[in-house]
Amino acid sequence: MAASSTTVSSAGPSRPAPNFLERLRGGDEAAYVITFIAAASILLVTGLLVYELFINSADARAKFGWAFLFTQTWDPVNDQFGALPFIYGTLVTSFLALLMGIPLGVGAAIFLAELAPPKISDALTFLIELLAAVPSVIYGLLGIFVLVPILRVIEPSLRAVLGWTPFFSGPFYGVSLFSAGVVLAVMIIPFIISISREVILSVPGDQREAALALGATRWETTWDVVVPYAKKGIMGSIFLALARALGETMAVTMVVGNDPKIKASLFAPGYSIAAVIANEFTEATGKLYTSALIELGLVLFALTIVINGVARLLVMGADKYKT
Amino acid sequence: MKRFVLQVALLAALTTGVASAQQILINAAGATFPYPMYSKWFDEYHKKFSNLQFNYQSIGSGGGIKQVTEGTVEFGASDGPMNDKQLAEFHDKHGFGILHFPTVMGADVPVYNVAGVNSDLNFTPEALAGIFLGKITKWNDPELMKANPGVKLPAADIIVVHRSDGSGTTYIWTDYLAKVSPEWEMKVGRGTSVNWPVGLGGKGNEGVSGQVQQTPNSIGYVELIYAVQNKMKTGKVKNAAGNWVQASLAGVTAAAASSKEMPDDFRVSITNAPGKDAYPISSFTWLLIPEKIADPTKKKAIKDFLTWMLADGQNMTEPLAYARLPKAVVAKEMKAIAKVQ
Amino acid sequence: MRDLHTLRRKIVNAVMLTITGLCTLFAAGTLVFILGYLFIHGGSSLTLDFFTKLPTPVGEAGGGMANAIVGSAKLLALAMVVGVPIGFLGGVYLAEFGGSTFSFVIRYVTDLLNGVPSIVIGIFAYTLIVLPQKHFSTLAGGLALGVMMIPIAVRSSEEFLRAIPNSLREGAVALGASKAKAILTVVIPAAKNGIMTGIMLNLARVAGETAPLLFTSFGNRFWSPGWEQPTSALPVMIFTYAISPYEDWHRQAWSAGFVLLTLVLAVNIFARGVLAKKKHVAR
Repeated sequence: MAASSTTVSSAGPSRPAPNFLERLRGGDEAAYVITFIAAASILLVTGLLVYELFINSADARAKFGWAFLFTQTWDPVNDQFGALPFIYGTLVTSFLALLMGIPLGVGAAIFLAELAPPKISDALTFLIELLAAVPSVIYGLLGIFVLVPILRVIEPSLRAVLGWTPFFSGPFYGVSLFSAGVVLAVMIIPFIISISREVILSVPGDQREAALALGATRWETTWDVVVPYAKKGIMGSIFLALARALGETMAVTMVVGNDPKIKASLFAPGYSIAAVIANEFTEATGKLYTSALIELGLVLFALTIVINGVARLLVMGADKYKT
Repeated sequence: MKRFVLQVALLAALTTGVASAQQILINAAGATFPYPMYSKWFDEYHKKFSNLQFNYQSIGSGGGIKQVTEGTVEFGASDGPMNDKQLAEFHDKHGFGILHFPTVMGADVPVYNVAGVNSDLNFTPEALAGIFLGKITKWNDPELMKANPGVKLPAADIIVVHRSDGSGTTYIWTDYLAKVSPEWEMKVGRGTSVNWPVGLGGKGNEGVSGQVQQTPNSIGYVELIYAVQNKMKTGKVKNAAGNWVQASLAGVTAAAASSKEMPDDFRVSITNAPGKDAYPISSFTWLLIPEKIADPTKKKAIKDFLTWMLADGQNMTEPLAYARLPKAVVAKEMKAIAKVQ
Repeated sequence: MRDLHTLRRKIVNAVMLTITGLCTLFAAGTLVFILGYLFIHGGSSLTLDFFTKLPTPVGEAGGGMANAIVGSAKLLALAMVVGVPIGFLGGVYLAEFGGSTFSFVIRYVTDLLNGVPSIVIGIFAYTLIVLPQKHFSTLAGGLALGVMMIPIAVRSSEEFLRAIPNSLREGAVALGASKAKAILTVVIPAAKNGIMTGIMLNLARVAGETAPLLFTSFGNRFWSPGWEQPTSALPVMIFTYAISPYEDWHRQAWSAGFVLLTLVLAVNIFARGVLAKKKHVAR
């Protein structure tokens, strides 16, 4: 139902497209060049970053090769390093965060943009956006002092309902992959809400009016007309949220248990790439140790490439069904 | 809007201003364990000489070693002495060596949270090693019951908590375990970060103590001051002489006194010391000062500070729960200050 | 039959209203809870000293975080100078000028940059600036934070610019404006609210970042004049104090957290004061 876009339409008397001199005078060329340089410098910065990561991880890459990705050991004393437990932890916690964060975030965004009265919507949005301002460290501390005890209380009920799966089995110490997932979910929700809400608000009024005129309820208008129109923007906000979850450092390390082991249960402690780098980089003496940590940074970067690629394919696939 | 921008610009210009005349900023980094002591010392010293600012940041022992080697700070601090490899690395990079100056002494203590147990538990070296190796898995293990007659230990699993971040506290703990357990020495070794056989990782002392306090039947290790400040239950450890000793300043001092003679480079480990009242998990902590300091003003400031630290500074240690250096060590260090060129 | 179907639709409508409302309440409630918690635990340390004095050694009463507040402000100012122009202009490029392949690449790379852990960005700034200069500095810290701001600035600017209907652009061009003029005078102002929101969110996020500052701005117990010396920053102080053993420092950490949040609140209020209109769905 999205209106297709055209650039210059022929409203009014037709005129030829501006030629080079006209564009130059109108500032078009300058605008193009300036914005192009800005966009290109993003490539430059990222390229430089990857370069630095690559160069400084040379020792570890030379020593471990591809096996680094599949080794489970992490032994600084004996200089044996493997990335698998951290890759696992990063993926699991981020996935959990999205699983919990997307419904809550998009739901709230819909409510704030479509269903709530304007003044309440503004006030609540304002409050929610401030959640993005809470420092990661504070999330971590509140995670330890508030979330973990709460999870300890609700854990038996969770186990009762879902304990038959391998994901909720085994002992629960409070700090775990699950706890980290919950903290991450809370952290990414404001991003999803804020951007989705703005995008939904930007959907032209006539789309809604048309649906309402046809007799749709408010919810139907929202869900069947407005949200699909805003889908791309909503997905954009989810990407942003995902990226944040993947790279989140402080809050995760305080509640994930910091145990580089792989277990099926979400109740078990785990570790993430960002967390181990934060914990150990400050103390990593010795070239191989530092280099291994930097290689982990590189691995995370590669992971982000893959995940983004997959997500993008999904979005492009979804696009096909949009009219 | 315009006025606001003007005001911001003015503010920016002011803060971008010239550093006040004669302020000398000396940057240092390292161990978190002695941070309260160092922050007190540097503050007192600044009161005496208001043009000298010693900026110490507690980023961890390994961080201290790393940054002083990179040259981004004037001197470092560590709870574990630099090993030969690290010394060589420093030498290769700078062309001269680095000196260790002990400042104070402290201790690691085992902290625990066992259901139904309110008294102090006794821990043998074998028990501690066994627990942290993952071989002793239940609280009512014979090794623990033997050491604690009359205490009702539950048949519950022991949940081990260790540090997840690299730290001098871990170095001291693992150094001790490596000394008392050949298996630990072989399997895990000593370091600021090790491959723990079992356990959860807590970030910082807060992380470990928080975990222990919240997790029934758990055990962890923290610095003495931390346990004291937070009134945590600490156990008694059996020392090399066979006595049960609770961590205290007296025990730490006894450990230093009974250790072998202090070597010239001051790199010594006093864990598992032989003295009869020695607390076995004690340690010195060091400042890492490069042998050559280019800037003459900074060099004089640092040397003067060291002299002050060994005299007046030592009088400030006890109120903060650190043990002062033995007299013999102080005398030796005073002479060593001359080595800083 | 028809009535039953309508009734069902009405029920679904009501139920979804409630559910989404609850989601919102959860989100908003979390913030109120956090603010409340910080205030209760740190409120007692919120004295005037907190804002005006330098830190004192542990165990001594008084002392504050004046240098951390100023340090954070300087770092954020620098971060904005680095991050916002590149991010915003990059977003303009993607929304207004982009061809399809290059734009795809830029978006992709931007998302990648966004996923880099903050500590890795810190390491990057460390190897790029601190090591060659052989000292820590506000400059390095500001740069690290600036790099962190870029991806969000790009993505959110682009989203909001894209959301402006083409009819506005077409209208401007039809009236004789060049493309650049149309963008500058019509599109950007129309998207102003969203873009400012994006910048605020961005700033709010980096204001609380600790990891990238550990190796760049490092920390400083004293005032840090200029841009070339290490500087204290609120999130770093919060972290250092919070994981310390001292009850007094814990309270100060919570207070600092509360102050940080309220400072960001103030900035947000200011931003919205500057913005005149608020778009709403016509009912």
